[in-house]
Amino acid sequence: MMDTPPASTLPPRTPHKLFSPARIWAIASNTLLELVRLKVFYFLLLFALLIIGSSAFMLDFKFQEQFQVLKDMSLGSMSIFTWLLSVLATSMLLPKEIEDRTLYTILAKPVPRLEYLMGKLLGILVLLLISILLMSALFVVALYIKQQQVLADAVQGVPPEQVQAVIRGVKASSFTVSLIPCIVVIYIKSALLASFTLLVSTFATSSIFTVIVSFVVYFIGHVQGIARESLLSSPHTTALSKIFLAFVALLFPDLRLLSLTDDVVAGNAISSTIFLKTAGLGVSYFCVYSLMAYLIFAFKEL
Amino acid sequence: MTKSLVAAAAIGLLFGMAKLPFEHSLEQEDRAAFFHGAKLSLGLRDQVGQLGFLAALSGFRSLVADFLWIEAHTAWEGTQWARMALLFNNVTTLQPRVLMFWDMAAWHMAYNASVAAFNDRRQPRKALRLRAQREYFELGKDFLVRGIENNPDRYLLYERLGIVERDKFGDHFAAATRFGQAAAIPGAPAYDKRFTAYELSHCPGHEREAYERLLALYRMGKQEWLPTLLERLGYLQAKLNVPEAQRVYIPPIRPGQKP
Repeated sequence: MMDTPPASTLPPRTPHKLFSPARIWAIASNTLLELVRLKVFYFLLLFALLIIGSSAFMLDFKFQEQFQVLKDMSLGSMSIFTWLLSVLATSMLLPKEIEDRTLYTILAKPVPRLEYLMGKLLGILVLLLISILLMSALFVVALYIKQQQVLADAVQGVPPEQVQAVIRGVKASSFTVSLIPCIVVIYIKSALLASFTLLVSTFATSSIFTVIVSFVVYFIGHVQGIARESLLSSPHTTALSKIFLAFVALLFPDLRLLSLTDDVVAGNAISSTIFLKTAGLGVSYFCVYSLMAYLIFAFKEL
Repeated sequence: MTKSLVAAAAIGLLFGMAKLPFEHSLEQEDRAAFFHGAKLSLGLRDQVGQLGFLAALSGFRSLVADFLWIEAHTAWEGTQWARMALLFNNVTTLQPRVLMFWDMAAWHMAYNASVAAFNDRRQPRKALRLRAQREYFELGKDFLVRGIENNPDRYLLYERLGIVERDKFGDHFAAATRFGQAAAIPGAPAYDKRFTAYELSHCPGHEREAYERLLALYRMGKQEWLPTLLERLGYLQAKLNVPEAQRVYIPPIRPGQKP
């Protein structure tokens, strides 16, 4: 039989906190580590290949075309990769934890379900943030290299008084400030999709179901605005169609409003009002879906 | 569990009701800022294929447009003008706010395809070749007109249309109008103002207006005293019989010309 150490040698007991950011961070960092070990960052190789491909094989094009293609490819790939990453990484979080029984080990400890869920979501958000920052860095480097190449060619044989105008023209086609809010919106959209996927996974019975539902909602989210516009402008729209449209608009996010990439690359400047409203909308969706996920998960019988 | 599901659904519905007016107002603001202007139709779906159409609907319009643009570039290398026109139509439908697409499409049609049509030796009748050339001019112009409808806030396409009107249709008044529209847009280069005056100087009945404009430009300083401006000013002074004392510019006497 072991002797109990005298009370004076025991470390002082700290009272259990109802809410602890440290616990959330511990879960988040473990989630991130787990995902990193799954080698999710290998997709960056694909991204780099796409960027190099789109900048190296367009040399026959005018410099405006080269920049256009490079920006389209890079921002489009960023959207695709963050979308896939958010849905696929989030969809396996809960089902895998249940399957591996790690969920029971964690929840058997004094860890509230809210903290557990927040930790998991935070882990995904950090993963998405790292991904988007790395992709943005690659993108900016590729754009800078392309700009230097184009500038070196463009100023050759140009009269000295026109050099500044040529440089301005090239720079205007290259990096614009509007790209930054555009990348922020891509991140917010991926966070929204992660929270929605988490919501589905709280009641789904398998990862496949979660992935399929999330993908379908992604498409509905993009198409509903177009469908609404088209149906409401048609004189033949029935009352039933209108009710159906209202129902869809009520339940699903209008993701078209969070897709600014196509227009920003086209040269449209995002005003601060539009950016803040768009970002606010995305963050609101994120909060509401996370809250709904918590409500379902909190009372779920495990 | 059932209660929590109901609570979650209620929150979702309440948020849905609250967000609808906000989304509506944001959509209006987006429209005013020329966002989401692409009109995706079933005709486009037939041409870009189901996968391309799905991608375009899912927020990847720019990517689909780029692939079609590269395809159009390949068609250009093969001098497939009709195919190029079709692809340009799709590209500009997908990305109506990219000026470069409208500009390049118009240039290819009005300048490259039109010349190729005129030089097409498979067509022995010159009248038919001229007609084909004219059709390509019109096609180029049509791209620019549609481009302007989608981008009324940018000067470039007005300017390009002015150039097409001047060089391909010889319509100086239409060209002057387009250059004038370009010059009125903030950020337009200074030469658009000059071009407006130059083109007006070629229009019978508008000489006085053209003269006033050229004079105003002339009085702006030496940086505006460009050879064409001086030449048009001299021409209009003579044509309008401006009294010697009021003439601001005396054209140099060319060798062999009577003073």
